[in-house]
Amino acid sequence: MNAFKLDGRDIPFEPGQTILQAVQAAGQEIPHLCYHPDFKPHGSCKLCSVRINGRMVSSCTAPAHDGMTVESDMPDINEERRTLLQMLFVEGNHFCPSCEKSGACRLQASAYELKMMSPHYDHFFPDRPVDASHADYLLDTNRCILCSLCVRASRDVDGKNVFALSGRGIHTRLIVNAKSGRLGDTDFSGEDKAAHVCPVGAILRKRVGFAVPIGQRPFDPPHEGD
Amino acid sequence: MDAKSRVRIATTSLAGCFGCHTSFLDIDERLFDLVRQVDFDRSPLTDIKQVGDCDIGLIEGGVCNAENVHVLREFREHCRILVALGACAINGGLPAQRNHLSLASVLQEVYLTAPGPAGGLIPNDPELPLPLDKVHPLHEVVHVDYFIPGCPPSADAIWQVLTDLVAGREPVLAQRLIHFD
Ligand code: SF4
Ligand code: SF4
Ligand code: FES
Repeated sequence: MNAFKLDGRDIPFEPGQTILQAVQAAGQEIPHLCYHPDFKPHGSCKLCSVRINGRMVSSCTAPAHDGMTVESDMPDINEERRTLLQMLFVEGNHFCPSCEKSGACRLQASAYELKMMSPHYDHFFPDRPVDASHADYLLDTNRCILCSLCVRASRDVDGKNVFALSGRGIHTRLIVNAKSGRLGDTDFSGEDKAAHVCPVGAILRKRVGFAVPIGQRPFDPPHEGD
Repeated sequence: MDAKSRVRIATTSLAGCFGCHTSFLDIDERLFDLVRQVDFDRSPLTDIKQVGDCDIGLIEGGVCNAENVHVLREFREHCRILVALGACAINGGLPAQRNHLSLASVLQEVYLTAPGPAGGLIPNDPELPLPLDKVHPLHEVVHVDYFIPGCPPSADAIWQVLTDLVAGREPVLAQRLIHFD
């Protein structure tokens, strides 16, 4: 059987699996944001970085090899992951206290898991208009982390190509493929896969916010004694 | 314990809502344990007007006007350890949602355009601190030693950090005490 070592534990794998896939199949986790099992890996968030023979690789794209030794849950690696999260937080407007995704957001949950106490860097405070043109969905790209999951879902699953990443460097942003650039002028709908993949509060369904009590949201910590 | 060896704590609210102070008071009867070990310097809970030399300064709220900058710098000068308490102090918080509006348009809307008892004049008495054009987190103005996230942080989180600091330990929050909302 093929296997590698993750932080000293044996992880079996099927040929062709990436490190992250094998680790998840073994019931373990490596922090990640832009990876989703239904889509081709994107490799943009770098949160899933692990160390093999002293080199950092993205575990969502790196294939598993027999007998290799992978380091993941190490203080210095987690420190770098925390830095990546801090960069994502200051690049956007992440005001969790008023975000409908709070408690169900993967960016936020990753920050808790990695014990991010503050965003550390100076804030960019981007100023992108909120797109509320669609009848049922709201787009706030000030919270977008450019994971491209909506792009991949719309293009590869829905066959609609509603979203795209556009621009270079810090100006890269999510755009809507319509002449007007507005979501309301596309055939985007709540049935689309793309309507359900955003890991943060950038694509939100209207009129359903704040329905889940605090304590019962997906990433709320378990109650003591539970 | 004589007065000298007792830990001295100052607290203040800048562009805050006093919610972090309220959460601090949510430590309830643990407050009695605390006042047996510490003295409070300048704070909304005391009558001291000028911050003196302290071991710990707790600050809620971001920086939104000239007076906030002044008070923050005074706290930094006088407090050995400065703690940013809550979301506003950490990233500007919800008040920083004004950062994408021009200050002039905000003042005009509130004092001139909006209906109500505004009187059609933007307040201009020199007594009033001038607002900054943007709201800033504390760490963009002074060095901050520790951050307690939350809007507000829970009483347990505040208690944990305070008791650690008072005991001279590096403060550590359990993961369940870390939240941003
Ligand atoms: S998207 Fe996530 S991290 Fe950003 S404000 Fe919303 S809950 Fe917070
Ligand atoms: S809108 Fe959401 S899913 Fe799409 S790229 Fe941004 S964060 Fe990813
Ligand atoms: S999950 Fe691997 S780079 Fe984002």
